[in-house]
Amino acid sequence: MKQLGPPVVAALIGLLLWELLARGLHVEPWLLPPPSTVARAAFAARAELLGATLTTGTTAFLGFSLSAVVGVSLGVVLSRSRLLERGFYPYALLLQTVPIVAIAPLLVLWFGIGPRAVTASAFIVSVFPVVTGTLSGLRSVDPALHDLFTLYGSSRTRRLLWLELPSAAFSIATGLRVASGLAVIGAVVGEFVAGFAEGRPGLGIVVMSSYRQLRTDVLFGAVFCSTLLGLALFSFVGVFSHLYLRKWHVAEKDPR
Amino acid sequence: MIELTGVRRSFADGVVLDGLDLRVDAGEFVSLVGPSGCGKSTLLRLVAGLDRADGGEVVVAREEGLAYVFQDAHLLPWRTVEGNVALPLELAGERDVSPRVGAALTAVELAGVGHKYPAELSGGMRMRASIARALVKKPRLLLMDEPFAALDELTRQRLDERLRTLFLEQGLTVVFVTHSIAEATFLSTRVVVLSSRPARIVHDAPVDLPAERNAVTRGTPAFARVTADLVAALEEGEA
Repeated sequence: MKQLGPPVVAALIGLLLWELLARGLHVEPWLLPPPSTVARAAFAARAELLGATLTTGTTAFLGFSLSAVVGVSLGVVLSRSRLLERGFYPYALLLQTVPIVAIAPLLVLWFGIGPRAVTASAFIVSVFPVVTGTLSGLRSVDPALHDLFTLYGSSRTRRLLWLELPSAAFSIATGLRVASGLAVIGAVVGEFVAGFAEGRPGLGIVVMSSYRQLRTDVLFGAVFCSTLLGLALFSFVGVFSHLYLRKWHVAEKDPR
Repeated sequence: MIELTGVRRSFADGVVLDGLDLRVDAGEFVSLVGPSGCGKSTLLRLVAGLDRADGGEVVVAREEGLAYVFQDAHLLPWRTVEGNVALPLELAGERDVSPRVGAALTAVELAGVGHKYPAELSGGMRMRASIARALVKKPRLLLMDEPFAALDELTRQRLDERLRTLFLEQGLTVVFVTHSIAEATFLSTRVVVLSSRPARIVHDAPVDLPAERNAVTRGTPAFARVTADLVAALEEGEA
């Protein structure tokens, strides 16, 4: 609870200042609505926002899961040989540097409007940190432990499963944490271009439509929801890595 | 057990071994002493098969079982102590390992902490776990590269005493690299002093002390004499 105190107080002060400034300076509500207005609007639109959060959450989670599986596998494959790494790593880097907004229309062409294109967008944005996390983790295994496995005639599979992957666990978890936040960004941006407007629209669609209608209060509500979504996915990864690492990893040890 | 003939090995930063001959028979406890970076660890890695010589011949009776103890414990932090000690057996695909793991832990006086993780142990306990891991497959040959260098003096002396007992009880052959002349004297049946690079043998003599050694041994005149001889040899090697 002690750790929660300062950020909560800071948030309250921030909200209060925002409220006072917005009202005191008579800022137009379509420009910057005070938090109380945002809260009221978000509450009124709660069904829409909750549905949108679930829609975006689903695609973000799918994209993230795909990143986890593909990213770790790709990291393992690239770590098997320096030649492979040198050949393919620059292209993995491309995934990191390509602006997602620029290739989102391509995704629509390939996957059609809808959740598949949005998931692909979430995946593309979030896979790279998982690859780098896995690769650097696998590359920094204690050489003496490698010697130990050599000495006892370990097979390559056992070396990977019993030595390299556990060694890399912390680094992989760090990559996954970064990826979790990026997957939500990728999903929302993907929805701007490829989201369904009918049915149960995602947060990206809510953002766009409330922007067009100058419903800035609802827009803020959607932004808040996507932030919560990112935090939720981030915590999901955190809980899993903590459960695995807490017993033995220095950085994750339970305080006593 | 070990026969090195004319062994040569160089690295990018220079020649480490240039035609070294060394023979270690079964049942010996040989300590290698010499200045830092003179090639003691290189020698040990060649014997272990972790490195290849550029020239000469390295013959080791590997089939009788060989184990290696590193400068630090190097346990797998995600495995418990038991899991770490079981590793060599599990890597060999053996089943029903717990009786042997238990026996190895008892041999190093670690019974009762098998369920703990390495991070929960002291440095001395971690090193004992590392020795248990080395002994669990009942090797005949044990190679140790400054295993106790990072420990405090008292812990080190206790572990030396434990190791000496294990050597006698389990009929081991040990090659032991150390910086400590007193430790070499206490443990060994024979001490080999190496010169600075490229390493050559400047002194190779049996340690004339009784087989049963304990804390009292360190205070005897014989112990002081052997140690003094070794210091003289080491100074000659550095000159």
